[in-house]
Amino acid sequence: MSFISYLKDGISLGSIYAIIALGYTMVYGIAKMLNFAHGDVIMVGAFVILTAVTKANMSPILAIILSVVICTVAGVVIEAVAYRPLRKASSNLAVLITAIGVSYLLQNLALLIFGADAKSFVPVINVPSLELFGGQLTIKGVTIVTILACVIIMVGLQLFVKKTKPGRAMQAVSEDRDAAQLMGVNVNATISLTFAIGSGLAAIAGLLLCSAYPTLTPYTGAMPGIKAFVAAVFGGIGSIPGAMVGGILLGIIEIFSKAYISSQVADAIVFAVLIVVLLVKPSGLFGKNIQEKV
Amino acid sequence: MAMLEVNNLSIQFGGLHAVDNFHLKIEKGELYGLIGPNGAGKTTVFNLLTGVYKPTEGIIRLDGQDITGKSIIDINKAGIARTFQNIRLFKDMTVLDNVKAGLHNHYKYSTLTGILRLPKYFKVEKEMNERAAEILKVFNLDQEANLLAGNLPYGKQRKLEIARARATDPKLLLLDEPAAGMNPNETQELMDTIRFVRDHFNMTILLIEHDMKLVGGICEELTVLNFGQVLCQGETAKVLKDPAVVTAYLGE
Repeated sequence: MSFISYLKDGISLGSIYAIIALGYTMVYGIAKMLNFAHGDVIMVGAFVILTAVTKANMSPILAIILSVVICTVAGVVIEAVAYRPLRKASSNLAVLITAIGVSYLLQNLALLIFGADAKSFVPVINVPSLELFGGQLTIKGVTIVTILACVIIMVGLQLFVKKTKPGRAMQAVSEDRDAAQLMGVNVNATISLTFAIGSGLAAIAGLLLCSAYPTLTPYTGAMPGIKAFVAAVFGGIGSIPGAMVGGILLGIIEIFSKAYISSQVADAIVFAVLIVVLLVKPSGLFGKNIQEKV
Repeated sequence: MAMLEVNNLSIQFGGLHAVDNFHLKIEKGELYGLIGPNGAGKTTVFNLLTGVYKPTEGIIRLDGQDITGKSIIDINKAGIARTFQNIRLFKDMTVLDNVKAGLHNHYKYSTLTGILRLPKYFKVEKEMNERAAEILKVFNLDQEANLLAGNLPYGKQRKLEIARARATDPKLLLLDEPAAGMNPNETQELMDTIRFVRDHFNMTILLIEHDMKLVGGICEELTVLNFGQVLCQGETAKVLKDPAVVTAYLGE
């Protein structure tokens, strides 16, 4: 029974990684850049919810909506201010380093505003637990919500990208930015939309992450952000189903390592997975083989 | 009024005059050819016309409207569409979706409508599907609508690129070496398609081509470019016999 219990925890953690990984994978697929500040947007989202509920006495639902809105706006602003001016720069490194800079900026802003001490997150998801096998296995409400949210987001996003006009514009920009532009697709607007969606999802991920592991510091988003990046690479960066599978597998690997090997080396194992994947299948599980382009 | 009027168009890359004092006048409904040896600057002219490059000097007028130095998107909206020398379809999208990408600016609904799938989403998507299917039928690609563009045979990919450009409903269609890499049968079919597009939609077409059979067969007028400058301009038959043109192609 403990195996199933660990599996459930793994899928739950993995679902959170998957939602974060989506932000990485979409931005990479469409803007061809790695947004290393993505993890910190999660932290911003969680702080918004915490502040709204504890300081402004907002209802949880309103606080969640507020958090999604603020993160969406933050994502669009970060892209417009920090990344867009560099898009034509000769080196992709410029954007990458800027992203790392934005990441530290967000962390330190949070440090300045909220302080360094860990805050305990308020329970905003109030769903009753599910008892199975006559009480041998308890699935927490948060876990159910997390897994459901992950599935809904993944299906919804896939439908959006494949079946709608803005989604088609995203695909077109992702495949050939210049050709898309010559067909009348507004590339800047499409990339903004990508950041908006990715950051809005980061807010949801922040909510789920802090509901499952209820401590919040300015660095809360950093590690899950990096792990979600590993998940995105694992699944094949640029691929939406890849982010889902990569995220969930990574969550399961992490929890099983913690349970059966050692909780101290769990993170090391997660990153070892990245190394192995990069050695064996550099394009990831669902990635396409791309010609080497440096 | 001419559909396209270009005067004194020049661009320099460093010290290189890639296109120098280029001029061109195309009437509405005309099928016009731009030819010249390799490296003469033909594709550069296309890039200038579509806004990929900004000219150092000169004026471009489309249907009387000054489009010099405008952005790619604005020029596309003003009514210029193009195909590419090396095919640049969206290979992982279906044939139908490629054409729908070309229709992008002609149909509108908000992103929220798309996410929430409001009734307007279904209505507009249905209209787009019908319009795209219509265009595919004209190009005889309706059987392949649901295939991935990258899986089409070469000749059909070329055709699809023209169909996608046609979908943007341009006033002027630019074709960059449409027959490149085609066998004689495919070239013949392509000539029929180009002529059909012109007649059927009363479209103005400017094409770059190396295949002299195609150029001589369908273009009414020609401009010959050599070392970035206009070498000769006029009716196709006359231009092709011009001694300067023959020299440029074949040497002394």
